[in-house]
Amino acid sequence: MHMPLEDTLGLNLLAANQHQAEHNREHFDAWELLCLNVMSSPGAGKTSLLERSLAALAGEYAMAVLEGDMTTQLDAERLEAVGVPVVPITTGRSCHLDAAMVSGGLKLLRQRLDPAGLDILWVENVGNLVCPAEFEVGEHRKVALLSVTEGDDKPLKYPVMFREAHCVLITKTDLLPHLPVQLERIEAHIRQVNPRCAVIPVSATSGEGIEAWHQWLKAQVAAIAPAAPAALVRA
Amino acid sequence: MHEVDMTKCLLLSMTEWRQLHAPHTPRVNRVHLQVGAFTCVEPAQLVTTWLVAVRGSWLEGAELVIEAVPLVGRCVRCNATYSPDPEQAYRSPCCDQSMEEIVSGRELRIRSVDYVLPDAISSAAGSPAPTSQASASPRETAPSHAPFATAPAL
Repeated sequence: MHMPLEDTLGLNLLAANQHQAEHNREHFDAWELLCLNVMSSPGAGKTSLLERSLAALAGEYAMAVLEGDMTTQLDAERLEAVGVPVVPITTGRSCHLDAAMVSGGLKLLRQRLDPAGLDILWVENVGNLVCPAEFEVGEHRKVALLSVTEGDDKPLKYPVMFREAHCVLITKTDLLPHLPVQLERIEAHIRQVNPRCAVIPVSATSGEGIEAWHQWLKAQVAAIAPAAPAALVRA
Repeated sequence: MHEVDMTKCLLLSMTEWRQLHAPHTPRVNRVHLQVGAFTCVEPAQLVTTWLVAVRGSWLEGAELVIEAVPLVGRCVRCNATYSPDPEQAYRSPCCDQSMEEIVSGRELRIRSVDYVLPDAISSAAGSPAPTSQASASPRETAPSHAPFATAPAL
């Protein structure tokens, strides 16, 4: 019989992931770029929004995308068509990106370009309203999407994702006339669990709200990566 | 089933902790976790995945003890604490305010580890083993964060 001991750790359960996330963020800060973690349930419109934003902002900012997908590269192909470098990260059976996967994606990205020349790195997470909320990847800002077709109760049913988000985009607002949901109710439910985040209704189809979303985005770039936009420096 | 990935992270953290005791391998009896109600973790699933994950490893036989931490909010208007209820949209019952401040419920924490160091203690022969880990035993407390913070990136 040996003396029983107890170590007090007080350590985050996800410490291993957190360390890698911080390591990733150190790189992002050294490269003076803004990293966004874009999360939502499957089909909420992440890729459509990215297509629209990448096309609209490509003249102003140098950007790249790390694209998380469980098994296919379909989304990556859609985004490459816009002319922005995309690195697909196939997660296999994992339902979210973690910091190590993003680190692997960064290695692939660096084979193609120097990230120091980037202003914005988009991380499109796996479609899932639960798991990605707990796994930081080193992002500066979390952006959550909620489409109007998902119903107004989702912020209350999956509160952690919406609580953690810096910005919630209510997407597909062009469909509102066809649905028994009210935008005000969706927005109010987001506010219940997160009174401080930005809430911006958008439609990637009609363009409604896209300008307001891009204004929010530009303010984040200015706050995080205040150096002159790389795209302009190159010009 | 992200509890599988959570368990992998937990094992990595435990392996880092073990290195503090190298070259000895601590025999871990219990790992105490705190899991908040306002997280995406289902404690029962975490216990199940733990049992599978430690099988055949140095942690086999170690019990995962989970302390559930309730969600507690603080009313932004009157400063009273309350139990946010999803059915009430997490609003404070006192002043009907939205959930601004979370006092507890976001915990995902390894609180402590109960263990013995067989190799180290076998040299201290003769002395009768204490019956509990309470007060009398010289607590060997690891510096809680530093060894992890300086660990190489995983």
